[in-house]
Amino acid sequence: MSEWETVIGLECHVELDTRTKMFCGCPNEFGAEPNTHVCPVCLGHPGSLPVPNEEAIRRIVKIGLALGSEIAPRSLFHRKNYFYPDMPKNYQISQFDLPICVGGHLEVELPDGTTSRVGITRVHMEEDTGKTTHGSASGRIHDADSALIDYNRAGVPLVECVSEPDMRSPEEAAAYLRELRATLEALDVSDVRMEEGSLRCDANISVRPSGSDALGTKVEIKNMNSIRSLERALHFERERQVAALEAGESIVQETRHWDEDAGATKSMRSKEEAFDYRYFPEPDIPPLAPASGWIEEIRGTLPELPRARRARYESDMGLRPEVARVLVANRASTDLFERTVAIGAEPKAVANWVTQDLAGLLNEAGTDARDSRVAPEHVADLIRLVADGTISGAGAKQVLEEVLETGDEVEMIVDRRSLRQVSDEGALGEIVDMVIAEQPEAVEKLRAGKQELIGFLVGQVMKSSGGSANPKLARELLLERLS
Amino acid sequence: MTDLCDRTATELSAGLASGELSAVDLTESCLSRIDAVEDRVKAFLTLTPEVARERAVELDVHRATGAPQSAVAGIPLALKDVLTTRGIRTTCGSRILESYVPPYDCTPWTRLSGEGAVLLGKTNCDEFAMGSSNENSAFGPVHNPWDLDAVPGGSSGGSAAAVAAGEVVWALGTDTGGSVRQPAALCGVVGLKPTYGLVSRYGLIAFASSLDTVGTFTRSVPDAAVLLGAIAGRDPRDATSLDAPPVASDLDRGIAGLRVGVLDGTFGEGVAQGVRDAVRAALDRLDALGAEVGEVSLPHADYALSAYYLIAPSEASSNLARYDGVRYGFRVEGGADSMEMMARTRGQGFGAEVKRRIMLGTYALSAGYYEAYYGQAQKVRTLIIRDYERAFEECDVLVSPTSPTTAFKIGERADDPMAMYLSDVFTIPANLAGVPAISLPCGLDPAGLPVGLQFTGPVLGEQVLFRAAETLERDLGLDLRPPLLSGV
Repeated sequence: MSEWETVIGLECHVELDTRTKMFCGCPNEFGAEPNTHVCPVCLGHPGSLPVPNEEAIRRIVKIGLALGSEIAPRSLFHRKNYFYPDMPKNYQISQFDLPICVGGHLEVELPDGTTSRVGITRVHMEEDTGKTTHGSASGRIHDADSALIDYNRAGVPLVECVSEPDMRSPEEAAAYLRELRATLEALDVSDVRMEEGSLRCDANISVRPSGSDALGTKVEIKNMNSIRSLERALHFERERQVAALEAGESIVQETRHWDEDAGATKSMRSKEEAFDYRYFPEPDIPPLAPASGWIEEIRGTLPELPRARRARYESDMGLRPEVARVLVANRASTDLFERTVAIGAEPKAVANWVTQDLAGLLNEAGTDARDSRVAPEHVADLIRLVADGTISGAGAKQVLEEVLETGDEVEMIVDRRSLRQVSDEGALGEIVDMVIAEQPEAVEKLRAGKQELIGFLVGQVMKSSGGSANPKLARELLLERLS
Repeated sequence: MTDLCDRTATELSAGLASGELSAVDLTESCLSRIDAVEDRVKAFLTLTPEVARERAVELDVHRATGAPQSAVAGIPLALKDVLTTRGIRTTCGSRILESYVPPYDCTPWTRLSGEGAVLLGKTNCDEFAMGSSNENSAFGPVHNPWDLDAVPGGSSGGSAAAVAAGEVVWALGTDTGGSVRQPAALCGVVGLKPTYGLVSRYGLIAFASSLDTVGTFTRSVPDAAVLLGAIAGRDPRDATSLDAPPVASDLDRGIAGLRVGVLDGTFGEGVAQGVRDAVRAALDRLDALGAEVGEVSLPHADYALSAYYLIAPSEASSNLARYDGVRYGFRVEGGADSMEMMARTRGQGFGAEVKRRIMLGTYALSAGYYEAYYGQAQKVRTLIIRDYERAFEECDVLVSPTSPTTAFKIGERADDPMAMYLSDVFTIPANLAGVPAISLPCGLDPAGLPVGLQFTGPVLGEQVLFRAAETLERDLGLDLRPPLLSGV
């Protein structure tokens, strides 16, 4: 790879989770019955007019401020004209040469612990389109004999954030997207669920000989619905472009579709259409001219951003950088961590539970952290019960699994599953004596100096107790009796 | 002796208030006039007599309780068929919306309806308000009550003819380049185009959004002030709408000392002799009434028509993109895919003039041409706005003919789009600048057809327009009864 340098830029679309849509009063809500959140405006009925949603403008200004953009003193909506059945007006209200937020950057932390600064070109406001489902046996567009359109999504506020072509590897692109997602989540402007499409990402990628300043021919990749897909697609595309160039072929500027199952990007159309969107200023909406006082008021509402939060976790709470990074990557983890620490639990222990055991279980179950039933009290109780020896580490994991399923209180689960360790010296002493009697050979060898056999004997005690023995106490009792 | 339906709204409203007449009488008077002349005038695309009668009965019952009534209550009204009405089909004079029934009311009608106006129907117009003769309606032309072989003007020809023929007392139209003022002039009624934004465009089916305004057709200038008052003001559903300024009570203050600027070109080459004569006589009266009449020019007005025919079609090409057969309206079934369905629907649904303007606008906005056409036209627009600003430093109102000619024969200009476009040479600049203008009858030409005089005022200067126009109207004291009505 060293002979080739990869150049990547990302265009991300973020659906804002405002109460209502961008240009009308319809509810902005995912998952409702098709075509129930619609009105003359978002259906593009004759004579209807768009009126911008102030809360959406507030939120994009907030995003711009968090990314260090300049908030334009005057910006314009434009119409982007093209025909498509799921676009009610056959134009999209978007922004063109005068976006609300200009410039900015995002500090991205790479897996190796280094940081890089990715430039932001612009952040602009637009509206989402409806959703088309093609009806055919094969599910393929070309075979479809009908198309069903749901306009609930039409007119949902959409923010487009365009990066500079500053990223040099798929890993850096993934780190950028993670950081952007964490930032948007911290700002509380979107629910950033890639699987539901509230955060979408297209990538532009090209390769060039290392050391070259000129950009290679870029390819746009669409249809990546997770950060992992983005990384995989970019890896594939990098290899494909390098292989083509090394074989003496040239790269065709085109849009390619990421096929998750095939693990490959595929050319979307054989004949690439050159769209002319005929942009012109939207005459139905006066120019936006946010007052500087209003912008400062919004600046005052900016929360602690992920980067500052990571720094604080490292310096004030002594977390390791990789732990802090995982913790801050999503808001549900951060919130759970903060709230658990707030009720008195020890930060490092909480961070370990949240980023390792809990994250692992959620990942296995495919559950979004935001949907988990785990509350701060659960985590705090687990930490306390393990620390005071009431349950074992293994037992605690079983409890956590059940908390995820039921949301029940920790002590209730401990009792239900009989996970309380036998820490009573008398009761445990009896088991220890029994094991010593049953294992004369091991006892003999241990006494002769084979210290490692203590582990075997503790294991026997655990087995005889049905897993409920406190292993630490069992070990102490064994050593006491055999020394 | 006139019928109730031939009187002004101001007179009728007084009669309703005093109990001298009822809303039912008035509505029936209009309905019988419609019965008598509509088959010859063809002003309406949809009549709503049941809705009107029901409303009139309600109003009379309500008034009997002694409740105060608005000045528009009980007065029969027509709406141009580009203004949406909930549950009543709204066609824009187009095949593509022939069966379209809107799910909502336009704001002007919401306001009028709330005050007790009586809707008699939806009036014919050029398809999507594109035209100056009403001949571009997919449902046939409207006939001018002054000469049934002549056009009523356009695009709001149906509204103008309906008011002129006494089918309604007043009506709303829309004015993008002269579509209220020019037909008002050709039909001998008063036509007002307010300041852009003063009347909400919510529910006005867009032709060219940055130029479109809702205007009024009335039998007198005071009626125009009353009707405008009922529909003006900011609307949360239209981001470009404006607050209505407070109404001054100086309507009958006279015009002594008023600085009246006669626009360059008023007596120019393309202006018909009959129009020149009537306008000159009106200017003499203004002078006699004490106005300071001088000349003024808008140096860039020569470019207004060209700029308009780039800006309006450009916006139209985008505004009319939504008519694709997917969600409502006409649809041509068949075709290999949705794109083909959309193309066929538009191919068959739109008429020739609409297609011409969509193509013009699409071209003007294309990559590589945008700056030369749309961009350049917007610069001209800015220059024209400045021209007006300078003119209003010297003058209180500007005056010119409304239309270079009186009503022309149906078919006469149908094959000559350029001649048709020139009908709007005096009206278009006001749309580009967003300023208000009013057309009022100032006499008849030798053929007995009405001539319109146009006053133009500064942004939100409706008040000065009303003052100048009403003073002249009262002084002229014209009796404008179309020949059509001599037999009814």
